Amino acid sequence: MLPYTDKDQLIEVEEGTKIIKGSNVIITTLDKVVNWGRSNSLWPLTFGLACCAIEMMAAGASHLDLDRFGVLFRASPRQADVIIIAGTVTYKMAPIVKRVYDQMPEPKYVIAMGSCACTGGIFNTYSTVQGADQFLPVDVYVPGCPPRPEALMYGLLKLKEKIMKEQGRWGSWK
Amino acid sequence: MGQLEIEKIDDTTFVLQMGPHHPATHGVLKLLCEFEGERVIKIKPDVGYLHRGVEKLSESKTYPGAMTLTDRLDYISSMTNNIGYCLAVERLMGIEPPRRAKFIRTMVAEMTRLSSHLLWLATHALDIGAMTVFLYAFREREQILQFFEKICGARLTVSYPRIGGVRVDVKKHVLDEIYTFIELMIKRVDEYETLLTENRIWIARTRGVGVISPQDAVLLGLTGPVLRGSGVYYDIRKHMPYDAYSEVDFEVPLGENGDTYDRYLCRIREMRQSALIVKQCIEKMPEGDIISDKSPDIDLPYQSKRKIEPGDSLWSGFIAFSEEKQEIMPKGEIYSAIEAPKGELGFYIVSDGSGKPYRMRVRAPSFIHISAIPKLCEGHLLADVIAIIGTLDIVMGEADR
Repeated sequence: MLPYTDKDQLIEVEEGTKIIKGSNVIITTLDKVVNWGRSNSLWPLTFGLACCAIEMMAAGASHLDLDRFGVLFRASPRQADVIIIAGTVTYKMAPIVKRVYDQMPEPKYVIAMGSCACTGGIFNTYSTVQGADQFLPVDVYVPGCPPRPEALMYGLLKLKEKIMKEQGRWGSWK
Repeated sequence: MGQLEIEKIDDTTFVLQMGPHHPATHGVLKLLCEFEGERVIKIKPDVGYLHRGVEKLSESKTYPGAMTLTDRLDYISSMTNNIGYCLAVERLMGIEPPRRAKFIRTMVAEMTRLSSHLLWLATHALDIGAMTVFLYAFREREQILQFFEKICGARLTVSYPRIGGVRVDVKKHVLDEIYTFIELMIKRVDEYETLLTENRIWIARTRGVGVISPQDAVLLGLTGPVLRGSGVYYDIRKHMPYDAYSEVDFEVPLGENGDTYDRYLCRIREMRQSALIVKQCIEKMPEGDIISDKSPDIDLPYQSKRKIEPGDSLWSGFIAFSEEKQEIMPKGEIYSAIEAPKGELGFYIVSDGSGKPYRMRVRAPSFIHISAIPKLCEGHLLADVIAIIGTLDIVMGEADR
């Protein structure tokens, strides 16, 4: 009898992941492998709009070091997975944000950082877009004016959780 | 929406659009550049990508309420923005903050200057290619932000000063901690200098780049370290002292050649002077009130000073202040300027006697410095444009407002 058909030879290490006894083989779903890889290398785009960008920089700098979560800032949208809308989006800027988002390869995620990107914040004026969700599919909202770097970190971890729950988002089906 | 265009001169040149999404433009600045080979022959800045209508919005807010908007102008140094705005309203109302408040304000303003210059150093060096400086500078900046948190509870957008004083008192142990940190900070500035000042690459990238003569700098309206790098002695802290600047000793560092390297040295020396001012402020800090009795503020220290009588609700002072029909402010207009880390930050306020500003205009140093980009970049290489944007220390929040 082959080892992978024998129930005694399989040890469940966590839900949905099994290891074959005495070998280096793990049996799991493709969803899980893809999501695991994806969620541990979230590369955000270096895209600062306003005040929140300073806190985003602080989160990526020496003291709070986002690199330890696999979050490396990339300057090109073609290498990025996440776009962090860090700051106020104005009507003049919105088409450019949209174009940068369109340039990112699938799968792509959006984090709205700060009150301005969530709802427009205190800037309820003629020139401000009232929330980035008016033209982008936002995955995680991080409120605050500006949110602390720890809050952004929590937002990224929440996104990680969200990615881990995805199903069938791979191959040509997306 | 209102896109700028640049005309091609002939077939040997090409037009490049830099920004608004570019990691080195410090925000959402867009530059339309025309090159011949790799040399810039024409450059046009396009601003307005962060126009949030702060000036218009402040007309619908009360005087204390409009202060939260000034935080978000130059978001790297929000303390000095608050102080500049408070000073303008104080001068309009004719009230004077108590002595302790003046010293606290001077202290936090200089700490803001330190944090702003640290961020400038970090990003400027990162753009030119010195990654280590970024990590070093952010280490100290984080500590300064933690002190702001201990003082007022916010890291970046503080809203700490109030019209006629400051919001909360600084505790003794926080002052002691700041004092110890400042001693360390002076040593840390030396550390940054070992990385850059005599670095051959740094000198090659900055010396002789973006030279501006003193006459041109004055004509363009440049202020702050950008002007002083050309050797012009102009510092509002010395010429028109506000808060406690007349009671502390400090020097104004000046450059000679007016190039990027001199402006770098200027700011580095200014950081040392700021550290010394913070030290002096803590040493000379007097005891006493932190907010004036005439302050129109509705915040906690004011309320705790006032005995709340029956019938005198918590909001009555605020309602009397914000009531538009009553004439509670002196009518008139005022221009008042302070020395922000970036340059001269001025507030022009027109009062019609109501509790809201009739018109508020901000004279933002970044906006005026952007107008110097075409002059500075002429004939330089594309790589030098990055160095010039960095040296001007531009923040788009206050340029576009």
